[in-house]
Amino acid sequence: MMKPYLSVFRLRISNGLQYRAAALAGVGTQFFFGFIFIMIFQAFYAHASEAPSMTLSQVITYTWLKQAFLALIVLWLRDNELFQLITSGNIAYELCRPSEIYGLWYAKLLAQRLSSALLRCFPILIVVAFLPEPYRLQLPPDIVSGLLFLATLLIGLLMIVALSMLIYISVFVTMSPAGSLLLFSIFGEFFAGLIIPVPLMPDWMQKIVYILPFHWTADFPFRVFTGNISKAEALTGILAQCLWLAALILFGKFTMDRALKRVVVQGG
Amino acid sequence: MEVITLNGISKSFLVAKRPSGIKHAVKSLFHREYTTVEALRDISFSIAPGEIVGYIGPNGAGKSTTIKIMSGILVPDSGTCTIHGYTPWLERVPYVKNIGVVFGQRSQLWWDVPVMDSFELLRDIYNIPQAEYRDNLTLLVDTLDLGSIIHTPVRQLSLGQRMRCEIAASLLHSPSILFLDEPTIGLDAVSKIAVRHFIKTINKEKGVTVILTTHDMNDIEALADRILLIGKGTLLYDGSVQGLRGQFGTRRTITAEYRENSNPLDIPGASLLSWTPDRAILSVDTEQILISDAITRLSSQVELLDVTIDTQPIEDIIVQMYKEYEL
Repeated sequence: MMKPYLSVFRLRISNGLQYRAAALAGVGTQFFFGFIFIMIFQAFYAHASEAPSMTLSQVITYTWLKQAFLALIVLWLRDNELFQLITSGNIAYELCRPSEIYGLWYAKLLAQRLSSALLRCFPILIVVAFLPEPYRLQLPPDIVSGLLFLATLLIGLLMIVALSMLIYISVFVTMSPAGSLLLFSIFGEFFAGLIIPVPLMPDWMQKIVYILPFHWTADFPFRVFTGNISKAEALTGILAQCLWLAALILFGKFTMDRALKRVVVQGG
Repeated sequence: MEVITLNGISKSFLVAKRPSGIKHAVKSLFHREYTTVEALRDISFSIAPGEIVGYIGPNGAGKSTTIKIMSGILVPDSGTCTIHGYTPWLERVPYVKNIGVVFGQRSQLWWDVPVMDSFELLRDIYNIPQAEYRDNLTLLVDTLDLGSIIHTPVRQLSLGQRMRCEIAASLLHSPSILFLDEPTIGLDAVSKIAVRHFIKTINKEKGVTVILTTHDMNDIEALADRILLIGKGTLLYDGSVQGLRGQFGTRRTITAEYRENSNPLDIPGASLLSWTPDRAILSVDTEQILISDAITRLSSQVELLDVTIDTQPIEDIIVQMYKEYEL
């Protein structure tokens, strides 16, 4: 049953792993922006009138995790092939396959993110673990927090893929990926805590953020890593993540089925 | 026992329309006008197993729409379609295992990976047993001559090479019906012949029913026992290629070369297509004058050096039919 999806996954991983130069360039960029973000936070913390709810060292670790796992958590990472498939009409072929398109695309997007992250995360994590203070990545308080982090990051990744599927589905209607991509990536990035960690936002904004699904994909796992979120909270959080994941996938499948019913493949 | 039956299939599309110019562009922001384009009107035909059917018609006639309906991609507005006992658009997933589709203008192979990887992906998607996959692959690699290109990434293949791989990809799961939508588009003569030869082979050896659309009448003459002609969404002709010739192709072209002669030729029942003092091309309507009579008259008027007689190419017959039906 799962064989087609596994096969797509495998092929996309092996395909993604061949882009070494892109990964190297990515690592460089991630370091550059990591340092910039950290320096900005240092400046804020130096002049803070009251102690923020996250320590500077937690924010620095948070930033490095964000840079290392960027490919797993950003919504702007896209698969142009899928967009072309929809807008050019090559989707005609996908429609002649005895498999659910949602599953095939989901597997493909998941593999793209994993292959891209596998190439990038290790060099960054290794280097930042040995940087001089205060730039060093602080390891999680104990092994359980580390394991909880991996679990939450993984479910967060599944959520991000389910969220990004909605972008692709919207292209069936709009026929151009530019708009959805921009909206999703700007709002998604902000509400996921990728610009500033959620605890540093004003209270009223935090209330909005906690209603939306985005913070479960990045802010939540990173704060589990730093110990800012307790282990007990992490466990209830995982439950919430799973519920969101199920809801997003169901919604995605439903909208995709509807979009496919009215799809018109024109020309040729 | 028919394998494909279409009955009264109709399909129309809504097309947004506006005249050119800024004024109308602004106007269409507030009010958009749509026109209904009837792509297919009451199309009915049936096809027996093992047939090769050529589906022809001018651009925009509805060929691809029909193929898309038959492969379950589009839902028609009305009419029924039964293929292998399935209604394509209702039972898409179980149905598509039985068909192979090639869209000549689109690609199903992954661009950045070797062809073989795409094939193996298809093997898993269609859940093809290993032995069957190996047999099919061997047959396809041999007959389509893919041995040297199968480990090359698709982006590095020429169009002809890619098209051969596309066709192979559509047949890995041993479908009993093959839809080919312009499989020879953009191919050179050698590749075209290879593709035609291959279609003939799988039709003979595996009994695959083939429906092919094309603008290349040589494809049709080389392959199809039967043609369906469609124009403006209506089925105009359903029958053999010879039948079409008999019905419309009564003209022959005579090319005559002769010793210089400045007198213009005069042969009743034949019209002069071109004339120079030593060469003339005539179009003869065999319903008005026998070819032998035309040549007798010709030889009485000039000193003939060489004569060739050509049957009307099927392209011309089609063009003539288009004119007749005012397409």
